[in-house]
Amino acid sequence: MLTTPALNYNLLAPILIVLGGALLGVLVEGFIGKAYRARIQIVIALASIAAALGWVISIHNVTSQSAAVDSVSIDGGGLFMQGAILALAFVALLFFTQNDHFAPQASALPGSVEEAEAIRAGVQMTEIYPLVLFAVSGMLLFPVAHDLITLFVALEVLSIPLYIITGLARRRRLLSQEAALKYFLLGAYSSAFFLFGGAFLYGFSGSLSLGVIRTAAATPGSNHIFLFLGVLFMSVGLLFKVGAVPFHSWTPDVYQGAPTPVTGFMAACTKVAAFGAMFRIFIVGFGAIQTDWRPLFVGVAIVTMAGGAIAAIVQRDVKRTLAYSSITHAGFLLAGVIALSKAGLTSMMFYLVAYGFATIGAFGIVTLVRDSTGEVNDLNRWAGLGKKSPGIATAFALFLMSFGGIPLTAGFIAKFSIFTAAYASGNIAIVVVGVLSSAIALFFYLRVVLIMFFKEPTDETVTVAVPSFLVSTGIVICFAITLVLGVYPNLLFNLANTMTTLVP
Amino acid sequence: MNLLTITILLPLVGTAALAVAPRGNTQIIKIIALVSSLITLVSSLLMLTKYKFGVTGFQLVSSHTWFKVFNINYAVGIDGLALVLILLTTVLVPIVVVGGWNEAEGGRWSVKTFYMLILVLEMFMVAVFAATDVFLFYVIFEVMLIPVYFLIGGYGRGDRAAAALKFLLYSLFGGLLMLAAVIGIFVISIKQGPGSFDVTTLSHLKISHNTQDWLFLGFFIAFAIKAPLFPFHTWLPGAARSATPGTSILVLGVLDKVGTYGMIRFCLTLFPEATKTFAPYIIALSLASIIYGAFLAIGQKDLNSLIAFTSISHFGFIVLGIFALTSQGITGASLYMVNHGFSTAALFLVGGWMIQRRKSTQVEDFGGLQRITPVMAWCFFIAGLSALALPGLSSFVSEFLVLIGTFTRYPAAAVIGTLGIVMAALYVLILVQRSLHGSLQAGNEDTPDLNWREKVAIAPVIVALVLLGFYPKPAIHLINPATSQVMVAAQSSDPTPLAGR
Repeated sequence: MLTTPALNYNLLAPILIVLGGALLGVLVEGFIGKAYRARIQIVIALASIAAALGWVISIHNVTSQSAAVDSVSIDGGGLFMQGAILALAFVALLFFTQNDHFAPQASALPGSVEEAEAIRAGVQMTEIYPLVLFAVSGMLLFPVAHDLITLFVALEVLSIPLYIITGLARRRRLLSQEAALKYFLLGAYSSAFFLFGGAFLYGFSGSLSLGVIRTAAATPGSNHIFLFLGVLFMSVGLLFKVGAVPFHSWTPDVYQGAPTPVTGFMAACTKVAAFGAMFRIFIVGFGAIQTDWRPLFVGVAIVTMAGGAIAAIVQRDVKRTLAYSSITHAGFLLAGVIALSKAGLTSMMFYLVAYGFATIGAFGIVTLVRDSTGEVNDLNRWAGLGKKSPGIATAFALFLMSFGGIPLTAGFIAKFSIFTAAYASGNIAIVVVGVLSSAIALFFYLRVVLIMFFKEPTDETVTVAVPSFLVSTGIVICFAITLVLGVYPNLLFNLANTMTTLVP
Repeated sequence: MNLLTITILLPLVGTAALAVAPRGNTQIIKIIALVSSLITLVSSLLMLTKYKFGVTGFQLVSSHTWFKVFNINYAVGIDGLALVLILLTTVLVPIVVVGGWNEAEGGRWSVKTFYMLILVLEMFMVAVFAATDVFLFYVIFEVMLIPVYFLIGGYGRGDRAAAALKFLLYSLFGGLLMLAAVIGIFVISIKQGPGSFDVTTLSHLKISHNTQDWLFLGFFIAFAIKAPLFPFHTWLPGAARSATPGTSILVLGVLDKVGTYGMIRFCLTLFPEATKTFAPYIIALSLASIIYGAFLAIGQKDLNSLIAFTSISHFGFIVLGIFALTSQGITGASLYMVNHGFSTAALFLVGGWMIQRRKSTQVEDFGGLQRITPVMAWCFFIAGLSALALPGLSSFVSEFLVLIGTFTRYPAAAVIGTLGIVMAALYVLILVQRSLHGSLQAGNEDTPDLNWREKVAIAPVIVALVLLGFYPKPAIHLINPATSQVMVAAQSSDPTPLAGR
């Protein structure tokens, strides 16, 4: 007789709620008229994410355990990542609601008659919302997945919707579609690498479970070469997702081409999911052979920090600037992975939240700076923004200062704690390169502040859209979190510090 | 709440009051700012009554947990050195408000924002000298740059945005090096017991020689940029040219002292061995500062740049006194910080009024003002004499102490430093001659003399310069216990005098 496996639905509920919301959204697309669709979709998306977040909070101190036949591990670290993803996704979704960011009809050729007609009709694709929910469900699964197949499935579930929504920008359609194609092709390659690595690991250990792989890796043997190949290929897939140098080349194009609210969502939430998974894989699966992969990661972290910061200097487009800045931050976050300690995990969790909210807020403000044709992304045209709209400019300056790690912002505490963890684990080179890259990065953050506050407005066509209630709420939340976590970090740091358990 | 914390928070109360004040009524805004800074001054003077003279160690201490995981505390306390610098701050801020009564007008933003920035800056300046937690010190050290950035960039002259950016980038770069060192010393403290950022606890750590060298450099470069010491000084002339006089006074008079204060408080006490290793090189740099700053001051045609370069020269003296590692040297350097604060304030105040009246910063444009505006000219002359350390004015005492303190350990350095005094006479007297005396420049005929408000602003500065020149004992009495404590922590002792050598 066949026994059904015990799934422990209580622990999987957050993922299932979001998936359910996504499926409901698909039904809405099929059965509800155009006039109401957008509003219903927003409500479904926000409600399912809020419900999932509530569920995560209610189970946040369950004892660490495996669920779904050991393929998912529910523990402090995983639940923290899930909570962070949901909170970030909720705020990011608020920015989807104002203005028209999304293509009326993705299948219409750019510049074609059909497209012009669809634009004239004033329609927007509302499939965005279920796609975002699908991506979120993948992100929720990724950092808690405990075997290679689940990891791969989660990776694909989170990636494929992102490839699609990248290509759905309403304006500059060609750029958007090019970005989507680039993201898809490179993403497919990196997934293949990931899968290839998984195959080597299976061949090496005879199991897909991270726990078994760890045990096998800890016993000395002759065919460790397959282990190393597996680790190497798997790293490629993960480093691609976080946008680390040399696997970063998609980041600026995709960040620029995607609809801006999607960029904010992607930048913040994907990073949490990917770093959560990376930490788990490397500490649970490959912790025993850390001396072998660590030098490689140290090298990647160093070139990522420095490379992102240096490349950002010459950017003139605000979205590309933020993209390179996100590459630098991926480097800083890698320092937390390399520390491979409780302190490293705590500071990485804090960093992800601090960085995520500042990123969503920053991209949210980018959506508001517009002229008659849409968003204005050319930084030179942002001159005098401090005069036109002091509140918005101040908020943007605060987010930039948080990126730059100026004290009394969340970003500073994040940077301080992650460097401390890296230093304590003996990786002093990372700290030194880290502070030097921060110094370089500060140059372009401060240049934007300078353009906004100290330059006279040169372009009168650029205006700041009055934010709607939802968008204002989003900006206020991001602003408050960035400031409060900078002044009183205990609020989140103590929580993160108690949620560092990982199922072995 | 203890008095020190109250003094730190009072400017913030003033800022809050300004925030709700009506934007249009600039008179009320200025009066609120003035009253707030005067209340802070009174509060800081009250600390003087609570302070026990002649006692080593921190007083008026207070500590609250701030960031638990890293054992970071809001920990404040003062010794004599911190107290005199806090007093310098609280005295200078009302003077800046009165002296630069109209300088915020014509800025990029409102007068209200200007005074809010000034008061926030005052809070940070008091707090930075009071902090006894290295992390707290670092946070304030960095954050206090932000108001200055907006003060220079929003209310300055000329290429103010570039000057503000350069100032901020230099300082933040130094700050980041210091951050690495702060993290380093914290990690060492974790390995030797419960991790801590308390400066006294950290001074008892056992740190290997090599590590000390690196951590020392992290702190020192940050402070050298702030001070500013040659060759880290290049941000200063631009900032001084662009900032309003009031901002310049606060930047050169107080903010830069955080650099030299930090050298005494952190470099010397936390890394005594590294201090001894690097002292000869730093002495060489400080001599270079003295001579280089003086040389460039002689050649300057722009009044603000000239004052900036004289400051580079004077900061050379301060650093020289600190790294001579003698009691007289450190006491002299500490006193010099206060005196330099007052003499720079005098120069920038009067210089600012001259520039405001003449709408020019060129030294030669002020020719003949002595006859037209005698009071202003005399004030400028006295400020100049204080900069060249004339006996009877306060700078003389400190410069003398620094040179004596240096001579007992590095006679050659003291001799070279003395050259700086000669050159000081040169740049001050040339400046006075070109700007105040000589033939009357066209356009100067109707220049008004100082009004009562300006006289009120400059009077306390000149009183301080003369008083501390003739009777420096109270200040030295305050500083001495701090100095002896630093000497112990730096594991240094004064060289025995060699009679008849």
